Amino acid sequence: MVPLSHYLILSAILFSLGVFGALTRRNAVAILMSIELMLNAVNVSFVAFARYLPQTQLQGQVFAIFVIAIAAAEMAVALAIVLGLYRNFKTVNVDEINLMKW
Amino acid sequence: MLKLVWLVPVLPLVGVLVNGIFGHWIKNRAHILGVGTTGLSFLVALGVFLQAAGGQSLNWDIYSWVAVGPFHATVGFQVDPLSAVMMLVVTFVGFVIHVYSVGYMHGDRGYARFFTYMNLFMTSMLILVLANNYLLMFLGWEGVGLCSYLLIGFWYEKQSASDAGKKAFVVNRIGDAGFLLGLFLIWENFGSLHYADVFSQVESLRPVLERPSVLGLSLVTWITLLLFAGAVGKSAQLPLYVWLPDAMEGPTPVSALIHAATMVTAGVYMVARSSALFSLAPQSMSVVATIGAVTAVFAATIALVQTDIKRVIAYSTISQLGYMFLGCGVGAYASAIFHLATHAFFKALLFLGAGSVIHGLQGEQDVRKMGGLATYMPVTAATFLIGSLANAGVFFLAGFWSKDQILHAAIASGHTWLWGLGAAGAFCTAFYMFRLFFLTFTGPTRMDPHVAHHVHESPRVMAVPLMILACFAVVAGLFGYSVEHSPYYSFVNPVFQVSAHGAESHGPSELAMALVSTAIAGAGILVAYHMYRRNPDLPERLARQFAGLYRLLLNKYWVDELYNAVFIDFGKRLCGRLWGFDASVVDGAVNGSSRLTVWLSQVSARFDFHGVDGAVNAIADLIQGGSDAFKRLQTGLIQNYMLAMALGIFVIVSLFFFL
Repeated sequence: MVPLSHYLILSAILFSLGVFGALTRRNAVAILMSIELMLNAVNVSFVAFARYLPQTQLQGQVFAIFVIAIAAAEMAVALAIVLGLYRNFKTVNVDEINLMKW
Repeated sequence: MLKLVWLVPVLPLVGVLVNGIFGHWIKNRAHILGVGTTGLSFLVALGVFLQAAGGQSLNWDIYSWVAVGPFHATVGFQVDPLSAVMMLVVTFVGFVIHVYSVGYMHGDRGYARFFTYMNLFMTSMLILVLANNYLLMFLGWEGVGLCSYLLIGFWYEKQSASDAGKKAFVVNRIGDAGFLLGLFLIWENFGSLHYADVFSQVESLRPVLERPSVLGLSLVTWITLLLFAGAVGKSAQLPLYVWLPDAMEGPTPVSALIHAATMVTAGVYMVARSSALFSLAPQSMSVVATIGAVTAVFAATIALVQTDIKRVIAYSTISQLGYMFLGCGVGAYASAIFHLATHAFFKALLFLGAGSVIHGLQGEQDVRKMGGLATYMPVTAATFLIGSLANAGVFFLAGFWSKDQILHAAIASGHTWLWGLGAAGAFCTAFYMFRLFFLTFTGPTRMDPHVAHHVHESPRVMAVPLMILACFAVVAGLFGYSVEHSPYYSFVNPVFQVSAHGAESHGPSELAMALVSTAIAGAGILVAYHMYRRNPDLPERLARQFAGLYRLLLNKYWVDELYNAVFIDFGKRLCGRLWGFDASVVDGAVNGSSRLTVWLSQVSARFDFHGVDGAVNAIADLIQGGSDAFKRLQTGLIQNYMLAMALGIFVIVSLFFFL
């Protein structure tokens, strides 16, 4: 059986990738995708913990389901915002959207 | 009936109000009220006088004027023989002169103004003589002073006239200050200013009054001397007589009424009224008598050489007032008041006669440019001759009786040298009056041709008053022909209180004195006749021979110049110094303080700018600078924030793990 640490390492790698992408990408859609990656990394660790830790009653799985649902809702709103941004600025590059900067 | 006395001063006041307020519209009809009210006033005064002569008297407080603490002043009138005589003389002479003024002032621009002032003068003078207390008397006293000022300066466009008015006012003020101080002392010691209260307390307060005070003189001496100072100013005695000759700048009726017949006698009246006080102060009496006698001679000598017809009469007035004070000073108050009354008639007559001459000669006043006027102005000449005879004290005329009684009183009370001065003055009087008469009315004419062409006798409205006054100048003396028996003396004498040593009359009989007086007057007239009719070139020879003396008299002993040098220049220099003090010290202090304030406010402003504003701005700058620095953190880039967050978490987790 694959040990828990493998799952956690995978989760950590996925999360780090998500962080890196969120920090470095300039495209708003890419940032959203990176955030999604981080959320899914967390989901992986939830589910892994739920499987390996004793006396758990599906809390991990249920939490993962909640995260997926909320992520879907979040994506819907965020993509709508990105769409609105694009309509106004003809770009989705976050560096160029500095209307409220000092 | 006696209470109608209030009408006497109030009637002219009606004229004052109406002519004063509506004079602009009344214009040439001002005399209707001006003369009318004075005439009515005279009629009422005559009625009151007849009642008073019947033995009635009145002391009536009409109105409470001032009541402050213990001080209580009333407006009240007193009718006794003294005030009755004064009232009658004032209203009668005043009325006659008002009538004369109608002719003299005819066509003057200030016609209504003239009658307003004249009526105001009548009111003030009557208040003065009728008052029953010193304060109301002082009100009238100041009132006549004001009217005198207004009327001397009546032709105020003329510099000399307005100067003369101011001079009269200022010189009078010096005397008035003394009068006022005297009143303070009376109030302080008697607790009242009513004649009745004061004079009734004289006996009971005698120990206090006769106690020596400042300079070793008794209190009552100081009171009487201060009162006399007021009289000296008002009645133009040495050394305050200088305003009276200058007062001749006023219209001639004013000179007659105010500066000869009535106002200037106010001082004599006041001294006579205060006889109860003077009787306790023999030193004051001596001062009064001496100043009177010296003034009588002093002014008479100046009158010897003056060439202005009015000025000669003005100096004569000063001289005659001196006789009145001589009479007061030797205790012959009744004679002094008698001389006051007779003098009022003949001096008013002389002034009106002079006015008539001036009127006829279109304003010429220099006797050197007159002469021979008797043919042109017979009425004026005849009445002027009567006035001159009366003033010279020729037997039977008014001036003879009164002046003679004063001189008799002087010698009877033992003041032989005062009598000597008076007699010398009498000689001068006779001389200068007839010098004036001869120069003006007799001999060849010296008039300018264009003046001589127009010379004319004055209109009837001026001539009739002259005749009336001439009648009185003849007969007025008969009322008091003898000190013992005549109606005047038995009427007036009870008013006066004479100290014991002044009343006894020894010495030569009245008849002998009268003969001596007549001889002196006759001598004066003869010398004048000799010099100005027989040998017209003699005066000039004498003037050349005694050039120093002549110049001394012609320049009036240089008294005006002396006063100018001593008092006026001193005053001016003092003013200059005080002005300098003001300009440098007071103004300097004021300016200095303002400059200090400006400097302080500049400092304060600098502190405000740099300190307070600086602190405020520094705080603002600090905040701005701080926010400038810190706003860099607020990049607005979500990724920066996320990076910071990630680093933060990394650091915290690292710490968690490795510490």
